[in-house]
Amino acid sequence: MTEPLIELRDLRKSYGTVLAVGGVNLQVNKGEVVGLIGDNGAGKSTLVKMLAGAITPTSGEILVRGKPVAGWNAAKSRAAGIETVFQDRALAVQQTIARNIFMGREITTFGGLLNLGRQRSEALHLMREIGFTSNAVTPDTVVGQLSGGERQGVAIARAIYYNADLIVLDEPTTALSLTETEKVFSFIRTLRAGGRSILFIGHNIHHVFDIAERFLIMDRGRIALAVTKAQAGSARRLIALMEEVAHSGENTPPVELAARLKGVQ
Amino acid sequence: MNKRTPDGFNANHGLIRRFIQLNRAAIGTFGFFIVMMLLFFCGNPHVFSDWRIYYSVLTVLPVAIFLVVPLVFIVTVGEIDLSFPSVMAFAAWIFALGVQAGYPPAAAILAGVAVGLALGSAIGLIVVYGEFSSLVATLGLGFLIRGAIMIATGGRSIAATGIAKDPTLRLLSSSPGGFPVQMIWAAVFVAVSVILYNRHRFGARVHCVGDNPESARQMGIDPRLVRVGTFVFMGFGAGLAGIFSTIINFTWWPTAGDSYLLPTLAAVFVGGTPTWGGVGTVLGGTIGAAIVSFTQVGIVAAGLDGFYVQFFNGLIIILSLIGHRWNQIRYR
Repeated sequence: MTEPLIELRDLRKSYGTVLAVGGVNLQVNKGEVVGLIGDNGAGKSTLVKMLAGAITPTSGEILVRGKPVAGWNAAKSRAAGIETVFQDRALAVQQTIARNIFMGREITTFGGLLNLGRQRSEALHLMREIGFTSNAVTPDTVVGQLSGGERQGVAIARAIYYNADLIVLDEPTTALSLTETEKVFSFIRTLRAGGRSILFIGHNIHHVFDIAERFLIMDRGRIALAVTKAQAGSARRLIALMEEVAHSGENTPPVELAARLKGVQ
Repeated sequence: MNKRTPDGFNANHGLIRRFIQLNRAAIGTFGFFIVMMLLFFCGNPHVFSDWRIYYSVLTVLPVAIFLVVPLVFIVTVGEIDLSFPSVMAFAAWIFALGVQAGYPPAAAILAGVAVGLALGSAIGLIVVYGEFSSLVATLGLGFLIRGAIMIATGGRSIAATGIAKDPTLRLLSSSPGGFPVQMIWAAVFVAVSVILYNRHRFGARVHCVGDNPESARQMGIDPRLVRVGTFVFMGFGAGLAGIFSTIINFTWWPTAGDSYLLPTLAAVFVGGTPTWGGVGTVLGGTIGAAIVSFTQVGIVAAGLDGFYVQFFNGLIIILSLIGHRWNQIRYR
């Protein structure tokens, strides 16, 4: 039986008269890898930021393990076991890897003094776990010296340190080379093998199809369609589904969409 | 093959290399200071082998240090403060009034420091929560505070001659054995600030907010609170600077602190804290304060006209800028 980890009910976010996210219902189960896809401006990043508590929803409900959480914010999101790797990676590039991993949640001893030794050793352990093999990179390496893939690795390492139940990856392979993308995918496979739930947001449908088991197609601030990997069949068909969703009317119900999609090859 | 110690350092790199790696900017500034002093020494070996020249600089250097060190925090967090000379004067005014009225020295000191902290907090809250440019807002607030002092005092100074006889205040500023004791207090202030900057949660957050405020926010840090915190610390430092300046000179002037504005800013940048935020060095700033202070005395002592002071100040700022540009890499 599937155990719901996080559930969003009719979550909305508007900026003045502009509706960025309009009534999203979403559920991620324990150990599940879900792909969230959609065109630019579909509302994916706003949804991710609401899930991370970085922005406050205008209305709606967030349930953690079946229980609604009031006053959702970044601290509550983290307490609920959600770690987010933001699109911009949220890294301070002039700081060391260790300082970035513990940004905002420093390991301290007495009176707020940093336990630098423990931060370094924990960072090194994480770096090994995530697959950093080069001896040239230490926890004291400045993030600005790393490649794009390695920087993403630091952001992912930060997310796994806190034993998160759900890791949200917002376009983790954007602007990366093929080699760097492969490195990031290797990081993600490590997470998946560890039984963590993942919400993977991406533009590259081949990447999303490769990693996720279920797909949510977002369009104009709502989830227009949800399909499993078996239902989608292939990345090509998933792209066709996305196009169909994009060309459908704003209020086309998912059932009708699904019926139309039967004909998509 | 390279091996690492359990805390993640490369074991082959050794202690010295590790130290250099962590204190690159401060070491560069220190090297600059040594070269400058050698040049002064060559210019006038007689004067520069006499303790008195060092004594005269070390007597007032603590005042500069109390200002430069907190300003390193402010620049690192990505802000600037031009109001600290006025805060220094205001805090010192309250202290001088307390001493003049015959209150116990400790109470007068506490009142001065409290005023510094209160003004620092108010300036921080206005700049950060008002979302103003710190450059313009602190310039305006600085004029406002200075103007208030001038209006209230009519431009008159306070001669606090009682300071010279007070044993408590002599603990803060005197010269037992020819060494200015205020340098010890300044050294304690620097040591605590180095820990706060490099080994405390607050310092770590100052670096992260200055580097990338949006990332810091996403990681659960409130950048506004951290920014306000640096202004509060600046108020504390300015308060101490004002009190020490009054104790050293036995007099409070309504223009106190005015002459510290540009040298303090210069010392921060000469010390190796860049303008773009996220990185900096407290030790470098302290050495920067020594560089700026010794330049003023050294030029004249080396036999050059006093007119050369500003020229050499400018030259030192430009040379150090070039040096740090070569020494530091800006990651973006």
